[in-house]
Amino acid sequence: MPSGPVLETRDLTIRFGGQVAVDAVTCAFHPGTLTAIVGPNGAGKTTYFNLISGQLRASAGEVLLHGQRVTRLAAPLRTRRGLGRAFQLTNLFPDLSVLENVRLAVQARAGIGLHFLGLASDHAELIDRAQACLARVRLSDRAGVPAAALSHGDQRKLEVAILLALEPQIFMFDEPTAGMSVDEVPVILDLIEAIKQEGDKTILLVEHKMDVVRRLADRVIVLHQGALVADGDPAEVVASPIVQEAYLGVRPANA
Amino acid sequence: MRWRIVSGDRPGHPVATALLLVLLVALAFAPFLFPGTRSVAAAARICIFIVLAASYDILLGYTGIVSFAHTMFFAIGAYGVAIPLANGWIGWDAVLAGGLGGAALAAGIAAAIGLLSLRVRKIFFSMITLAVASLAQLLATQWRDITGGEDGLTFSLPRILSPAFRLLSDPVLGVRIDGRLITYYLIFAVSLALFWLMLRIVNSPFGRVLQAIRENEFRAEALGYRTIVYRTLASALSAGMAAIAGALMALLLRYNGPEATMSFAIMVDVLLMVVIGGMGTLYGPALGAAVIVLAQYYLQPGLQALSDAAGALPLLPALFHPDRWLLWLGVLFILIVYFLPAGIVGSLRRRSRA
Repeated sequence: MPSGPVLETRDLTIRFGGQVAVDAVTCAFHPGTLTAIVGPNGAGKTTYFNLISGQLRASAGEVLLHGQRVTRLAAPLRTRRGLGRAFQLTNLFPDLSVLENVRLAVQARAGIGLHFLGLASDHAELIDRAQACLARVRLSDRAGVPAAALSHGDQRKLEVAILLALEPQIFMFDEPTAGMSVDEVPVILDLIEAIKQEGDKTILLVEHKMDVVRRLADRVIVLHQGALVADGDPAEVVASPIVQEAYLGVRPANA
Repeated sequence: MRWRIVSGDRPGHPVATALLLVLLVALAFAPFLFPGTRSVAAAARICIFIVLAASYDILLGYTGIVSFAHTMFFAIGAYGVAIPLANGWIGWDAVLAGGLGGAALAAGIAAAIGLLSLRVRKIFFSMITLAVASLAQLLATQWRDITGGEDGLTFSLPRILSPAFRLLSDPVLGVRIDGRLITYYLIFAVSLALFWLMLRIVNSPFGRVLQAIRENEFRAEALGYRTIVYRTLASALSAGMAAIAGALMALLLRYNGPEATMSFAIMVDVLLMVVIGGMGTLYGPALGAAVIVLAQYYLQPGLQALSDAAGALPLLPALFHPDRWLLWLGVLFILIVYFLPAGIVGSLRRRSRA
């Protein structure tokens, strides 16, 4: 197992107008570790993800992937370097079939997107791999329907299947179980657990539910008003006064 | 197996399949089924517009790019053939060099526009294409030495394609095998080959990425596809196809000018063909091309017949007067858009899926 961090942010900052959404966050992520990122709504968790995966460009600071600076690199090129992201707000190809949504991810991984003379249906192995990803999230029986026709929970599962299909080194989950019914949640949590068991994957998980954090996380970092305010062992961090105040204290009673 | 050769993509509804087969057979035997200069010209125009509308569908229906420069590329191909032939270089090499040169130039211009402006928001890209198309129109009308200006260029074709040429001394099935007929079959064969090629392309891994871009460009980027590359290639490919269609148009007319291939009216026709047939189906624009060309050719004579038949009845003869053909064309569009909102093929597919 490589000893150095696979992903690092150094003083990573983004400002929107006068507001600092992510404030000089320095953090390293190591293979085989699942890091939970917690913090109240608006703390900058998703923005931090967007900076790492390239959907937003940093105002200052650096993102390093495998030790190389990728701060100015476009999102697709970061994906090709092993960074995989599942989105918080469901982000699919609505009119394409569930299977095609996943197959496109497998095809991106295989790097044959520019082949324009053969037929996509000739690549049976890609379709098989897409089917296998659907099976892992228990969506095989919905393969033929358009993604837009899925229930919210199933769309979240599809989002995860697409991430699996990319076979990334670094998995970024943004509240993967939000809005899922109680019986669907274990499927996703078991899956994240299984990825973790592979041992060489780096997992970042934005999560609001403290029971999920306690079950899965090896490490917890806390963002508050864009800044990293705590970092360490889950039990320790969750119990620390700063989290009690910054996170649990701010959390509205009806959330 | 048969479908695999075609591309694996089916029309998706028995009625659509039947209509397409009728169209294919009608076009394949047009000079024998519908003899006459006018009807064969209509058939050739359908072939050409199938290529033009299908290539536009790759942009509009598959990739979700709205461009108004498509007839500019059509015209570039037509001028590519017209300019050498009108300057006395009359031969197959001139036709081939002109057609392929035009296609390469069109693809190059499309790629340049794409790289320079596909990063801007969609509506601005459309405006840029409109500006470039207007500029090209100005160039075509003003650069008289090369393009012949408003008058355009009239030219002769290689001997085999000229109307006076006779391949066989005796007619076959009552039809003279002359240069006009050979021209028709050249247009038919090239159009069929290009349509088949486009059908393969939209069903290739590349074509699937185009659909992904149409559906959710942000997500396609997150999967690792550099969408600017795909969008630029789609533009170039579509422009090249349009230029070859333009070269065929020049062969059909033995003439090219701004009105013949470049006018905004043609751009609107192409848009209607794609929308009426069904965006993002490729088969749809083929049917749309047939519907619109047939309406342009036969709505007026049809109305004349109706008007005559209505005879002494009140109001009806005036309503069916041939001068009202545009009104009836408008009614036809409204009916199709109202009852088949996703176009002919698109709506039929939805119905068979439901």
